[in-house]
Formats: sequence, structure tokens, C-alpha cells
Amino acid sequence: MGCGITLWKLRRFLKDYKLQLILGPLFKLIEAVFELIVPLVMADIIDNGAKKGDAAYVWRMGLVMAALGISGWCFAIICQKSASIASQGFGTKLRTELYKHINSLSHKEIDKFGTSSLITRMTNDINQLQLSVAMLIRLVTRSPFLIIGAVVMSTIINFRLAIVVYIATPFIAFVLYFIMTRSVPFFKMIQKKLDKTSLLTGENLSGNRVIRAFSKQKSENDKFYEATEDLAKISLRVGRLSALLNPLTYLIVQIAIIAIVWFSGGIVYTGSMTQGEVIALVNYMTQIYLAMAVLANLIVIFTKASASAIRVSEVFETEPSVKEYTKNPIEINPDAPKIEFKDVSFAYDGDYDLRNISFSVQKGQTVGIIGGTGSGKSTLINLIPRFYDVSKGEILIDGVNVKDYSFRQLRKQMGIVPQKSSLVSGTVKDNMLWGNKDATDNEIISALKTAQAWDFISKSENGINSVVNQGGKNFSGGQKQRLTIARAIVSKPQILILDDSSSALDFATEANLRRALNSNIEDTTKIIVSQRVSSIKNSDLIIVLDDGDMVGIGTHKELLENCETYREICSSQLSEKEASV
Amino acid sequence: MKKGTTLKRILGYSGKHIKYIISAMIFAIIYVSLTLLAPVLVGQAIDKIVGENDVDFRGIANIILVLLFVIVGAGLFQWLMLMCTNMVSYLTVRDMRRDTFKKLNSVPLSYIDTTPHGDIINRVINDVDYVGDGLLQGITQLFSGIVTIVGTIIFMLALNVKITIVVVIITPLSVLVASLITRATNKMYREQSVTQGELSGFTEEFISNQKLVKSFAHENIAEKQFDEINARLKVCGQKAQFYSSLSNPSTRLVNGFVYTGVGIIGSISVINGNLSVGQVSCFLTYANQYTKPFNEVTGVIPQFQTALASAGRIFSIIDELDEKPDNPDAVNIQSCKGNIEIENISFSYAPEKELIKNFSLSVKSGQRIAIVGPTGCGKTTFINLLMRFYDVNSGEIKIDGININDMTRDSLRNLYGMVLQESWLYSGTIRENITYGKPDATDEEVIRAAKSAYIHNFISRLPDGYDTFISEQGGNLSQGQKQLLCIARVMLCNPPMLILDEATSSIDTRTEIRVQKAFDKIMQGKTSFIVAHRLSTIKEADMILVMKDGNILEQGNHNELLAKKGFYYNLYNSQFAGNN
Repeated sequence: MGCGITLWKLRRFLKDYKLQLILGPLFKLIEAVFELIVPLVMADIIDNGAKKGDAAYVWRMGLVMAALGISGWCFAIICQKSASIASQGFGTKLRTELYKHINSLSHKEIDKFGTSSLITRMTNDINQLQLSVAMLIRLVTRSPFLIIGAVVMSTIINFRLAIVVYIATPFIAFVLYFIMTRSVPFFKMIQKKLDKTSLLTGENLSGNRVIRAFSKQKSENDKFYEATEDLAKISLRVGRLSALLNPLTYLIVQIAIIAIVWFSGGIVYTGSMTQGEVIALVNYMTQIYLAMAVLANLIVIFTKASASAIRVSEVFETEPSVKEYTKNPIEINPDAPKIEFKDVSFAYDGDYDLRNISFSVQKGQTVGIIGGTGSGKSTLINLIPRFYDVSKGEILIDGVNVKDYSFRQLRKQMGIVPQKSSLVSGTVKDNMLWGNKDATDNEIISALKTAQAWDFISKSENGINSVVNQGGKNFSGGQKQRLTIARAIVSKPQILILDDSSSALDFATEANLRRALNSNIEDTTKIIVSQRVSSIKNSDLIIVLDDGDMVGIGTHKELLENCETYREICSSQLSEKEASV
Repeated sequence: MKKGTTLKRILGYSGKHIKYIISAMIFAIIYVSLTLLAPVLVGQAIDKIVGENDVDFRGIANIILVLLFVIVGAGLFQWLMLMCTNMVSYLTVRDMRRDTFKKLNSVPLSYIDTTPHGDIINRVINDVDYVGDGLLQGITQLFSGIVTIVGTIIFMLALNVKITIVVVIITPLSVLVASLITRATNKMYREQSVTQGELSGFTEEFISNQKLVKSFAHENIAEKQFDEINARLKVCGQKAQFYSSLSNPSTRLVNGFVYTGVGIIGSISVINGNLSVGQVSCFLTYANQYTKPFNEVTGVIPQFQTALASAGRIFSIIDELDEKPDNPDAVNIQSCKGNIEIENISFSYAPEKELIKNFSLSVKSGQRIAIVGPTGCGKTTFINLLMRFYDVNSGEIKIDGININDMTRDSLRNLYGMVLQESWLYSGTIRENITYGKPDATDEEVIRAAKSAYIHNFISRLPDGYDTFISEQGGNLSQGQKQLLCIARVMLCNPPMLILDEATSSIDTRTEIRVQKAFDKIMQGKTSFIVAHRLSTIKEADMILVMKDGNILEQGNHNELLAKKGFYYNLYNSQFAGNN
């Protein structure tokens, strides 16, 4: 298996468990040796005890056998203990490192992998690898040893008859290998079909209102029927193939046994072999078969594990595109504008999504950014905390290039409220502490008040200790937005960035929010991205974006006079009277 | 649900494929008998190879001929048995999934609103698989295991009764040891799976919120939390894995004792002249063989338990009550004028908290009703009632004089075109999404609808145009684009009434003008309900419903409501307050 290389790459996570990696297989090997000795002792009991009528000898050797069994058990336990320490330790270390690495990746890489895929890699894939380490320790020596041991023993007993064993063994190996490699692609297809049924179920749940509104229940059921039919068909196809595995290997082994019996007839007739040796050969053939089956399972586990190893290594090998270069100490220029864009252009890949943007914002100012869908509003603000790096030009904060700050220094001075408001499970207070882990209850309440969230939080029984479900599902869209705004305010940011984050608020609440922001945190520089003119029209500076270009900059009044795009936006949203205010 | 009934119901599912089950059992009996017979024949053949110049070649040839038939038969019937069990298991899995899925489309919407979706998906996908793997594969293993045990006992009894009794009595010891270990490790397993669940939950939540973690420079705290759970998982994982892995060597130890015991008693019997050497070696073989199915059977039991628990979870969905069925004489309305009479309705989600109380409203064909109120005031409740996603507790809603409870739900819902706050698209092409309500629409119709929703230009710029594939939840489209597609979807169906739920809130401003125009056009002559944010929409409405905390506070047109100087008056004024 060529993918073994990828598994090898992860070996560094095992380096603390060298002792277990040696002891485990070693003791398993000793146990296997004992397992091979037991039948010999039994033969001895029969030949020298039973046949010679020596009952005392029978009892003595019986005790030896029992002792062998008990020490074999002890060795097995040592092996199992090593396996559990090493495999779980390996998994734990791998998880810690992978999580750390994911945390170091920037938005671009996270988008590339997708969160659901990262989650599977963190959980399922690592569990699979953990299992393979345990199996490695438990079985990697035992099965090959039993196979080789059996082959060697048969050769010692009778070289000519052992040829049957030599031929049969690769045959079994081939059948195992053939059927397994043939079924692997099917298993991938099954997984895909299963993903599809899962997707359909998820869509059916999230869109249940729409489905019922269009009365499409039947066609949704039909779609699902088709998907499950596909799944059943493929499962049956692979079932037909893998159902061959046991019968075929059984046939090969039995035919080999028949051959041994038939040819041994001639050999025994000439007197160069005994009856007992024939029995032994038959037993060794059976042993090879059993060990092969275990080995085959081991191969399946390792094939799966190497697929997992590839997926995990892929994450490790991805370097964050935005890197931290700290140039300490940073010298802040108190006279410089708070934020300054100097001829900034940016491309995700290929074409520029933002072109030659230049502007500067003074401390305490409010900046509004407006423009159509896809005009580059969110892209622009994502450049300030370095979620992405500029392709050309530079961004300065307090006169220092954002690239010269450490991530922490840079991001801790900002409060960012994303478009999609997300809360984590815990209490309201837990969520607020994200901004500042030392915030007092009073600070939290005042932030909630500024964000217009205090009225509904104060009404709930537990106040700021109210429970937040995962994703904040127990709050309405507007409530979630207000809580995320409060969370950003708790951190007492020097720069507050609101990325279209009051869209679910009604006019009255939004107006109150705007007023509170202006009066309660006046020293904070505020950047407000919005689709609504009313949200930004009183800003000190308004930037109008259109398809990646800055087509206007100035106050509401100035822009009404000299920016066509802005006028267009205004006339669509405001009455004549409102626009001219 | 009791274990017994759950099992019965699973068998009920498999019962549809009874011919495969019966065949599987018959094949299993044949295959196991043949596999047991093979070593006996091999033994007989070996008995004919006694020693130098004493080999019965013809006898061996005869036995080998029979043996060939036996092993080919054993292989063949094993294969047939596996094919049958596959059939039963995959078809049962398929049927169970279908029934569960079908149920999701017939339960009251409140079930879907209140049950975590991840949980339901988990049941449809994983739990059903556990039933397939555990129970059905388990049953065959159990069955062939039992046949093997019974067969072996019969063969042993034929050889020697005394030793057979010894073997039969001692062997279950290994089963006992295994079950003792399983019971002792159960608690550790539970602890491990709870911690594993905690870690998965944390991972899922924090990786989904990775961007948030970054923007708050929260990485160190998150890593610390993660490490804490991870460290706990390591401790209980090592424990659980170690103690559960004791069961394999321990049962082997017991089996080893059985083997030794048979050897000692057998040899003593030989010394006493009760048994031949050949019989002892035959017994030893059977003693080995006899313990194997026991181990297999014990291995199946935990799988069985998982499967039963999973089946219980699946049936709990299937057993959910259906939405109240349509009245038997419910009419199938094709179209309507759009006169709506709401007479004295009351409604509440939970009995202790009444939301809408004795509300009446009369809407004439073609009127526009704006629903206004602060965030979270329960505007969707009203829509839920209009479309009968939920039923009113008392009072009635009539369309053109017919109570909506006397119409079929499907035909009622087809009267409305709905654009929801959260646009729902499914993974499929853009065309498939637009034609969702009218699958037989022609290309011209689709393009016309897309044009009037102002999304045609965007679509034609895409490399695959209307055949562009939209990924899950419309992931590759912006909010605005998704909403425009939903509008196009409604426009294509051209229903007589409309429900627009904050439809234009996140479409960019320039498109919004055009959409507004398109809406004006489509609304012409149609009764429309709009959850409104925009002042112009509100002002132009024939009727405004002002809602707060789920109640309908005021109703009337803009001027009437202003004159009232009530809640609406304050709401309206506060909008301008920010501008002064």
C-alpha cells in the first residue's frame, strides 16, 4: 500500500510511546509462541502419559499447560495495556496538535476545507487512526508470526508436502487482496450515497415550510426513495462481492487439505512420514487460514487509516496564508489617522475584488460603507483585522502597518460583529466574556444596554445568566444580532466594526442602537457596513463601493451632490424629504 | 418502548422479505452441517493412512470424492446464505429510512420546529445503519452459532457422553467471564462516550465559529478548554479500552483451561481404558470448535443492544402522530378571488401562554396587508395560521367564504406564494430550484420568471447558466441572490395570493428598486401579506397590522394608526428620531 507513507508521516505523534510500541508487540509475540507450544505439550501428554499409562505425568504436564495459559494471559494483558496507553495517547496528542494547527489557519484555508470537513477530520479520522495504532500493537507481530511459523513447521515436517502449503498460501493472500481492493471503491460510493441521503434529510428538515407551501411532500419522498434505492443497490453489489470472501478462502484451504491427505498417502506408504505428522500438517494449514483472515482485517483497517492519515496530513501541511511577523517594539504614531488605507487592492484569486482603495479615518469617527451585493464591502473590512492580507498597497493602524502587529495586539483592539451572528453555547454572560474575560457584570449590562439587548435580557428570569443554546438558536435573529454587538462592545474596542449586523432589527431599535453607539462609546472609531442608507447617512465619512471600486467618498450631503451611485441608492430607499435632511 | 416490542417491529420490517429469511436459515443449516462433516471425513481419510505399507488408496479416493462435494457444497451454501442476509438487511434498512423520512413530511410542523435537526438526521442515517449491521447481521451469526453448537454436541455425544458433559458444562464459563467483563466495563464505556460526545460538541461548535474565535483572538482560551476535555478523554479512553480488551485474552484463558481439562480427563480415560487415543484427539478438535461459536455469540450481544436502542429511537419518530388529516369532504380548491375573512381566532403554541386572542380581520380581494412590529413580535405566527402550518385553537379563517379547514391543505397552500426570511434552496441546479413549484415549466417561462426577479443577468453570467449547481443551502450564493431565486420560484407559479416575509431585507439597494417594481407588478390584483420593514411598503398598504409580543395590537391604515397615537405612532416616530 503506497499510502503507508502518509501514515509514516504521523509517526512523530507516537514518539512518547516508544516503550509501549516495543513491549506490546514483543509480549504478543511471546504469547503466540506459547500458543504454538500448547499443542506440542498436549501431544506429549498423549504420547508419554496416556499411551504409557502414567497418570501422574498427565497431571504434571496438565499443570504445565495451565501455567502456560496463565502466563500467556499475563503477556496478553501487558500487550493490551501498552496498546491502550499508546493508541489513546497518540490520538490525544494528534487532536491537540491538529486543533492548534486549525486555529493557526486563516480564513482562506478554513474556507477551502470547509468547517464540516475539518470537524470530520478532527473526530472520525483521528478515531480511525487511533484504532489503527491499537491494532498495530496488538496484531502486527502475531499474524505474520503464526503464518511464518506454520509454514516453517510444515517445511520441517515434510518438504515435499509443504509445497502444497507454499502454493495455497499466496492463493489465499491473492483472493483476500483481490476482493478487498475491488470493494474499496464501492465503499467510497456507498459513503457518497449515504452523504446524499443525509443531505436530503437535512434539506427536508430545513425547508419543511417551503416544501409544504408548494405541496411537494410527495416528490420529496420520491427523491428520497430514489436515493435509498441507489444505496440499497450499491450495497447489494458490494455485498455480492464480499460474500465471496469466506466461501472462496474456505474452498482453497479445504482443497489444500485434500491435497495434503492425498499426497501424504503415498509418502506414508513408503514409510518416510507418520500418521501424526499428517494431522499436524492439516492443523498448520488451518492455522495459516485463520491468521490470514486476521491479517486481511488488519489490511482493511490500515487502508481506512491511511485514507484518514491523508486527510489529517493535508491539514497539517496547509500553511496559513496570513502569517504573523512581529516586529517589536511597535512605535505607534499618536498623530497618524486611526485607520489608513493606502492604495489597497485585493484578490481572493485571479481577478481583483477590490481596486486601489485609499482613505483615512480619524480616531472617534464613524465610517459608513455602502454598496450593492458583491461590491466588496465585507472584503474591505476583513482586511483590517488581517483575516486576509492585501494583495497590493498597505493598511496602517495608528501609523503602523497591520502586518507589524501580532495577531493578538491587532485583533484585541477591534470589536468585530460579523454578518452572520453566532453565539456559542453557555450563558449570555459566557458569551459576553469572550470580549473581555475580566469584565464585571456591570460592564456587561452596560454593553447590553448600548446594544439594545438589555430590555429582553433583563426580562428573562435568569438575566445575564440565561442559557444560550448552540448557535444561539433560542434567540430570534434580531436578538442574536444585538447580543453579538454587545459582545463586541464588552471588549472596549478602539475600533468597532459592524458588518451589516443590524439587518434584522426594526427601524426603531436600529435608531436607538445608533444613538447609543454615538453617545456611549464616542471615543471608539466605528465602521458600519450596511445596505440601508438610514443606517449610515449620519456618518462622518461614507464610502460607496461598486463592484470593487470606490466610486464615492464623503458625507451624505457631498455624496448626494457628486456621486451618481449613492443618489441612486438613496432614491430607492428614502423619500425625497428624508434624503435631503 | 419495551425491548420485546421493538424487536417484534424490526422483525415486522424484515418480515416483508420473509422468503430471504427462511432461505437464509435453511442455507445456514446446510452450510454449518457440511462444515462440521468435513473434518470428520478428513479424519476418516487420515485413519486409512495407517503407516508404512498400510495405506488404503481406494478408500482414500472414495472419501476425497465425497469430501470434494461436501466442501463445494459448504462454500456454495455459505455464499447463498450471505446473499440472503444481505438482501434482508439492506432492504430493511432502505424501508426503515423511507418510512422515517416520509413521516417527516406528515408530522405537524411543530415537531420539526422543536426537535433538533441534527438529532433527526442522526437517526435516519446512523441509527438505521446500526439496526442493519447489528441486528440483522447479528441474527445470522447467532443462528449459525447456535446450529454449530447443537451440531457439535450431537457429534460429541456420538463419541463419548462423559467428556461431552464436561465440555458442555465448562465452556459456558468463558461466556460468563466475557459477560462479567462487559458489565464491569459498561460504566467506563459510557463515561468515554459521554466525554467523546463533549469533545465532538466542542469541536463542532468552535470550528464552525472559527472566524469568530479569530476575531476575538480567543485561540488560547479555546485551546485550553479543548485540552482540558481532551485530557479527560485520554484518561477514560485508556481505561475503557484497556478493561474492555481484557475480555478477549480472558475468554481465551478459560478456553485454554477447557482444552487442558479435556486433555487430562481424556488421557486418564485412556489409561482406564474407556477411550481410544484417536477419540481424544477428535475431542480436542471439537473442544476448540465448540468454544468458538460461544465467543461469537457473546460478541454479537453488545451489537444487539446498540441495535435495539437505535431501533427504539427510529420508531419514536415513526410513531409520532400525523398532522390532523384533511376532512374527508375537504374541497380541492384550484384558484380563488382572495377574499379572506378572519373571524374571532385565538391561538397559542403552549396552552399557558395565549398569543392571539379573539382576532378578526376582513381582507378584500387584491388588498395589501402589512404586518409591522418590533423584532421577535411573532409575525411568523400569523403566517403559520394562514397557511395552516399550525391550526387555530378557535374561530375560523375563510377564503372566498370557505373555511380553510374544509380545504385540503395542499390546495390551500398552493393558493399562496411564499418568500421566507431565510431563503431555502436545495442542492440542485438553478433551474431545478426555480421550477420547484412547477416542474414542467418551459425554458421561456423560467427565463421570464428569472428576468422579473432580476436574477436572469446574474445567472447568464455564470459559466453553466441555468444548469449551475447550487451546493448545500445555496452555499455559493450571496444572501441577496438566494432571495432573488426564491422570488423567481414564486413568480413562476403565479399564485393568487402572496406572503412575503421580510423578503427584501438583505437584497442590495440597487436590485431592491427593481424587485420592488416586480413585486408591485406581481401583487397587482392579488391579496398580499407582507412582513414589512420599509416605510413605503407600509404606507402603501391597505391595512397595517401592528404586532407586539405575539399579539395583534392595532389595525388600520397608516393615517388611521397615526391618528390613534398608539404603539404604531411611537414606532413611526422613533424611525426619525435617529436622524435629528
